[in-house]
Amino acid sequence: MSKYLLNKFLYTVDRDPELVERYRSEPSETVRWWEAERANAILNVQDEECSTWLKFDDVEREALAAHDFPKLFELGAHPFLTLTLFIAMFERDHAEPLGFQLEYARRLSHFTMPYPDIST
Amino acid sequence: MATVAAVIASTHHPFYYRASTSTGEDRPPFADEWVAKITAFRETLTRANPDVLVLVGSDHFHQLWLDNMPQFLVGKAPFYDANWYNEEREFGLPRMFFKGQEDLSAHILRDGLDAGFDLAFSNELRIDHSVTCPMITLRPQADLPIVPVYTNIFAPPLPQPKRYVQLGQTIRELVESWPSDQRVAVIGTGHLSLELGGPRQFGPHGPDPEFDRKAVEWIANGDIEKALGEVSLDSLWLPGNATHGFLDFMLMMGVAGVGEKADYADTLDLFHTMEAYFTWYPNGSGERP
Repeated sequence: MSKYLLNKFLYTVDRDPELVERYRSEPSETVRWWEAERANAILNVQDEECSTWLKFDDVEREALAAHDFPKLFELGAHPFLTLTLFIAMFERDHAEPLGFQLEYARRLSHFTMPYPDIST
Repeated sequence: MATVAAVIASTHHPFYYRASTSTGEDRPPFADEWVAKITAFRETLTRANPDVLVLVGSDHFHQLWLDNMPQFLVGKAPFYDANWYNEEREFGLPRMFFKGQEDLSAHILRDGLDAGFDLAFSNELRIDHSVTCPMITLRPQADLPIVPVYTNIFAPPLPQPKRYVQLGQTIRELVESWPSDQRVAVIGTGHLSLELGGPRQFGPHGPDPEFDRKAVEWIANGDIEKALGEVSLDSLWLPGNATHGFLDFMLMMGVAGVGEKADYADTLDLFHTMEAYFTWYPNGSGERP
């Protein structure tokens, strides 16, 4: 299991407006493409010097492909990264202020302290 | 030597800019009270007449990432661009630009390293809302040169709380030993209890009002010992999963000094978080002599 790679997906998608839209509309395709093409890219490093060993396990891949943010929380993805990206994708679908954020909290309401470990 | 003209500790709420500039139906009901509190807080910096600002904050996974994560980093650059696409997107924050006080950065790095802090540095740093929020609230004209100091409050493993306090104490000594006649304000921002991306987020108050009450008392009284006695890296998960931002308040308590009561303290109970504003005048007066 790689919390680091989950975080890397959330981080690199969140900072790219086109990828935010692509992940919103085509999550499975975006996750598949990202894992094949971007998972091993080291930031600040030429593509020829990328890593060779990073990949999702099935649970992680499915959680991302399903936009399953409660599962990402359970897996220990960094909550700030998940929240920021999911607000970018889905806040627009809620009419009232903070509507999405409150639904997000409600869907995590079965979690009690201590929360899943987010250490990487 | 330089003078520490003011020490300021504050929450950094990214929604303030939008709340304070919105009008008509878009203006939230709490905006006027919030603006009044910020205006009074701003005056505490203005009356200190600073020439330079040291700004302590924390990168929110913008430029600093898990492949290369410093615990404490000092910006040393002639200029700083500020705010990021996702902060414009989510908070409506504007792009900003600051001049750097590079010789103070160099002094903090050299003498900080010699004082036992293995500080990382950056010669090209795009800063984020942990630094721009206090600029918007306290110095919206953004006309003073800065030294940004970033701490890791975000990506475990973190340094122990006492290290944040010690770094604050060291920053105070470093500013006071800077061979300059400039007046320096040290401004740092963090959080009280806060939950982001968890089940307790965006409630009607902060996730742990009792922690907030105690924390405000520790800060206002300069009660570093009590704060260190009650706070640990593990305990900070309990008030809310983003409460490690309180470590930057502890750093600022270190800058202000043991037992130093704040000359100005104010709070505002907002939905989902308690805002808190503190100012110390280390030399007895905020007025330029």
